[in-house]
Amino acid sequence: MSTSRSISGSTSSGAIERFDDKARESFEHLGQTTVYRGELLRHPVYTRVVHWMVALFFFLALFTGFSIYLPWLFRWFTPFFGGGPLSRVMHPWFGLGFVVFFGLQALNWLQPMIWTAADSNWMRNMGKIVSGEAKMDPPDTGFFNAGQKLQFWEIVGGCIAYLITGIILWAGARTFGRIPVAISYVIHDISAVIMLGGIFIHIYQSTFGEPGTFQAMVRGAVSEAWAWTFHPAWYKQVTGRDPQQACEEARRQMTTSSKP
Amino acid sequence: MADRKALQAEMISGHSGPAPGHGMQRDLEVCKLVDTTTCIGCKACEVACAEWNDLPFSPTTFDNTYQTMPETRWNFWNLIKFNEHQNPDGTIQWLMRKDQCMHCADPGCLAACPADGAIVKYANGIVDFNQENCIGCEFCVSGCPFNIPRFNPATKRVYKCTLCSDRVGEGLEPACIKACPTGCLKFGTKDDMKFIAEERTKQLRDNFGWKNAGVYDPQSVGGTHVIYVLHDATDPERYGNLPSNPQIPWSYTVWKWLFKPVLGTFALFGFLGVVLHYVTSGPRRTQPEPPAKDGANVNV
Ligand code: HEM
Ligand code: SF4
Ligand code: SF4
Repeated sequence: MSTSRSISGSTSSGAIERFDDKARESFEHLGQTTVYRGELLRHPVYTRVVHWMVALFFFLALFTGFSIYLPWLFRWFTPFFGGGPLSRVMHPWFGLGFVVFFGLQALNWLQPMIWTAADSNWMRNMGKIVSGEAKMDPPDTGFFNAGQKLQFWEIVGGCIAYLITGIILWAGARTFGRIPVAISYVIHDISAVIMLGGIFIHIYQSTFGEPGTFQAMVRGAVSEAWAWTFHPAWYKQVTGRDPQQACEEARRQMTTSSKP
Repeated sequence: MADRKALQAEMISGHSGPAPGHGMQRDLEVCKLVDTTTCIGCKACEVACAEWNDLPFSPTTFDNTYQTMPETRWNFWNLIKFNEHQNPDGTIQWLMRKDQCMHCADPGCLAACPADGAIVKYANGIVDFNQENCIGCEFCVSGCPFNIPRFNPATKRVYKCTLCSDRVGEGLEPACIKACPTGCLKFGTKDDMKFIAEERTKQLRDNFGWKNAGVYDPQSVGGTHVIYVLHDATDPERYGNLPSNPQIPWSYTVWKWLFKPVLGTFALFGFLGVVLHYVTSGPRRTQPEPPAKDGANVNV
């Protein structure tokens, strides 16, 4: 059992990294991550706190926003937030909270989210991975896979679109004129629907779709088996062992112990 | 005209499904006729409007013209716009136009509004804001081609001319009509008002030399329930920015009634998609998995 804070062996430097290291360090005083034997550290306290703040504000903004988006939902959703007028007043603030927290997360994850050749390879194999035909992810899959990176960059783009169009909608036609408002409204909505579709997949993958993932964001640690199955290159990087061999070894142990 | 069925709802903003009860009875469309050629700019209608609707006084700014204030306000729905126009022959015209909600047949404000029941269009043509349902988003401001809805920051609601729906519902004419001393304002059915307006423009063309006199009833918003007689219908802009071709942004029509439901459904299918994935191909487990039961076919 050990408590540790280094992650993903990031090597980039500069202002972002320094800011981020400081934030991570100060959050280690607020909580800790226990990594048991047979496990690996996945996400430190800071990353987890920011992730759940992002998720919280996302859903607050989603529900206040969707009640205004679809007439069919208006009467269902607005009462949760104290009625239509209050939903309207709160939505931009929830949205701003989401953008600010995701901004922190974006700085936090900029380095591991950079697209590499391994990701293009992952995309070519996506069909097999999604259908479950490929039991393990491609051997060169690192800390994040291409699907996760796509989702990350989609949200980065979405946040920028939200922020610009949201401010235009917030201040309204009196400040920006009729046409910018009418256009912003469409972009804002498209951005929301794309993000919603992505979030369904995201929540599914990190809970039911790939069991063992959820604990990465709550306890911060994952099993070694999870790591060599879904992120083999990362497994190799942090343990120095070969993921394929480690898996075979575990399989041998499992079959011998299951025979009487 | 008019009895209580004059206030039968025809369209309701942000409402799923058609307006309840619409189409049960046939209603006459009402209309206000404003003859700009006989308006003397006395402001009686402004006062009558503020009086009847109990609108609180607010200080105005004097800009050296015969106009009460630069624009309508949340508490001032009826403004006589004053414009000095120079004709090509050097003569000067004082143009007075009563500015207020046009009660469009195709109301951009209503199309833009997301709140169920905040804007209602009655079968008689009146477009009314119900402040108790308004959420203060001001989308109606961007939907309206006539720059009419006004936001009150204190109540966070928008306000505008109601065409005195409360009076019309009881069989009375709007307050401004009652106050007008010259007969420049008239109220009745849309057909009657169109007829009078056409007669008047004929008179202006034939007897007074206003070659371009015409009726303003813009078809780009399906016609309006406030129509103008203009000396020169080819250039409505000179009457204080009356748009010659008022438009509702496409985003509020196509987007709202077509793409929103479609995209909303896609989002739902996203959810169904992941559920289906789970029950068909199932989760991807960490490897190694426990060996399959002897003889069992894992692909069943
Ligand atoms: C109940 C909802 C959610 C659950 C259960 C959840 C769970 C998780 C988990 C377990 C991870 C870690 C994945 C890993 O270590 O590989 C993760 C990562 C992440 N989460 Fe969430 N999350 C939720 C909502 C959200 C929301 C609303 C957003 C943003 C709008 C978001 C954005 C991200 C991003 C960008 C990552 C990193 C890349 C990825 O794994 O896809 N999450 N989440
Ligand atoms: S003039 Fe503007 S506020 Fe009045 S009905 Fe037309 S769109 Fe609505
Ligand atoms: S501000 Fe206008 S668009 Fe928004 S809810 Fe009120 S009436 Fe509807």
